[in-house]
Amino acid sequence: MNHIAIKMLMGDRGKYLGIVMGLTFASLIMTQQPAIFLGLMSRSYSFISDVGLPDIWVMDEKVQFVDDIKPLQDTELYRVRGISGVEWAMPMYKGLLKARLADGTFQTCNVVGLDDATLIGGPPVMLEGSIEDLRRSDGIIVDIDGARDKLGKPTPGGERIPLKIGDSVELNDHRAIVVGIAKVTRTFQSQPVVYTTYSRAKNYAPKERKLLSFVLVKAKQGQDLAELTRRIRATTGLAAYTGEAFKTLTYEYFMHNTGIPINFGISVLLGFIVGAAIAGQTFYNSTLENLRQFGVLKAMGTSNWVLLRMILLQAVLVGTIGYGLGVGLTALFGYSMRNSILAFKFPWQLLMFSGAGVSLICIFAALLSIIKVIRLEPAIVFKG
Amino acid sequence: MNPSPLAVRCQNVVKIYDTGDQKVTALNGVNLEIAMGELMMLVGPSGCGKTTLISVIAGILDQDDGYCEVFGEDLLSMSNQRKLNFRARNIGFVFQAFNLLPALTAAENVSVPLIINGMKRSDAERKAVAVLEQVGLGARVTALPSELSGGQQQRVAIARALIHSPRLIVCDEPTSSLDHETGHNVMTLLKEVALHKDRALVIVTHDARIFDFADRIAEMDDGHIVGVKGAGLKAKG
Repeated sequence: MNHIAIKMLMGDRGKYLGIVMGLTFASLIMTQQPAIFLGLMSRSYSFISDVGLPDIWVMDEKVQFVDDIKPLQDTELYRVRGISGVEWAMPMYKGLLKARLADGTFQTCNVVGLDDATLIGGPPVMLEGSIEDLRRSDGIIVDIDGARDKLGKPTPGGERIPLKIGDSVELNDHRAIVVGIAKVTRTFQSQPVVYTTYSRAKNYAPKERKLLSFVLVKAKQGQDLAELTRRIRATTGLAAYTGEAFKTLTYEYFMHNTGIPINFGISVLLGFIVGAAIAGQTFYNSTLENLRQFGVLKAMGTSNWVLLRMILLQAVLVGTIGYGLGVGLTALFGYSMRNSILAFKFPWQLLMFSGAGVSLICIFAALLSIIKVIRLEPAIVFKG
Repeated sequence: MNPSPLAVRCQNVVKIYDTGDQKVTALNGVNLEIAMGELMMLVGPSGCGKTTLISVIAGILDQDDGYCEVFGEDLLSMSNQRKLNFRARNIGFVFQAFNLLPALTAAENVSVPLIINGMKRSDAERKAVAVLEQVGLGARVTALPSELSGGQQQRVAIARALIHSPRLIVCDEPTSSLDHETGHNVMTLLKEVALHKDRALVIVTHDARIFDFADRIAEMDDGHIVGVKGAGLKAKG
């Protein structure tokens, strides 16, 4: 009977395509929009991901996310270094400073100051130059996107000439020389990222009593990280998070304090509702139009159970095709946008999510049809 | 000579449709016997209960009162599953509007009753081709219903009604969608191919042109059998 079910489904090509298109649309929206959302949200903690070496981040206890800088006194660094289980602890400056461009305009940059001696916390990938070049006088490393675009030299035609090694920039009225170009993960705010040494960053920054943003900690081998973070908190009164916990803190801040989840949630919900409406309605209409045929099968001795299986098979078939097309289009979309500014993250859990959404639509559509067919009196076959 | 065994025996069959606002009595104490090997026609005005009666006889509608026995079995007392199996094995259907599945070829349509009875699809379709040849459609086995004329579609429907060798075939206005010649050919086919001593045919019709094919004609009115005319007799048009 499976063969008959499939032929009945595909017999009306227009309706069949309508159902598949509805499910493809729903699957596409339920996969693509969350992929963009996840991409955006992952950018909120991309700086933490890029600084891969330390196990623990220490900061002011009021810090809510990675860009919420509440400076510490430099002496906190030494207190952390004195805690047992700490292999090493390094300072990091992170702050927004204004860079003056060649045409006199200003561009806010995310300036990161690394420990002068070890340069721990530097960019993950160097494209030109070396991180060691930061030791050269006034040296800074600029991320490639910033160097090409926002920090590029403006031309009268409106285009920008990318910054290159040897070019100079003014950072808060201080001269800085580009000594390297790095590749960093794009951040949520998408500001240019400028790396320099900790001491030089303090010179660039406005004079304040406290300028230390984070203390980066490496635990001794075999040290339990949860235990060490507890010890750092207890000893210093500061907040201490593992890299993953700091990412979660940042992620949750954006989830709870921005409208982004609601906006994307509405898109996903609309995709689900429209997909369910189109696919469910068309599937149900298709069943209604085939009602006499189901009646004939029932009269000839087909049980409700077999008819139910036939409808479920039809639903599974259109669901699988629609889901596959939607997910495939999303993947194609992500692939075609891989070099653009668009945020896009497509983990396997998202496949499960949209799969569950499409399954719900199919179950809903099939259920309406099943109820109709099960209640169908076979005597309908003799009605004119 | 022993009389032919009975295919159908209805006694005081009553069927009332409850439409919400009112109750409509479709069958009001019908008594009817149909013998094996007999072609019985049910005639009468629209709404007299003919279709309701063949629905009860075919086991697709339960009567509200009375007794209806088909091949010695009381359909009303059967469980749903047993009734389904009984219909699948013993009843063949021919409809006024043919009711072929439009997405299936002629051979696939004809094979459906065998597949319902559990036969493998390939075997069922092979047998379907043989039955289609028997009804003169050997050259159209792969045609879709939309590619066939009305007469050809009804031949496919007859082949579908015959393929699983049911003991009772119920036909609802099998010729009313066809012109006179095609209708005559369809009836000839039904009589020649479908009717034999181990099978009974019940045909509901308004078409007086085919009354001559009947062994007996039961005339219905207002939910009753008002008269049964014997072989060779022509009922009132």
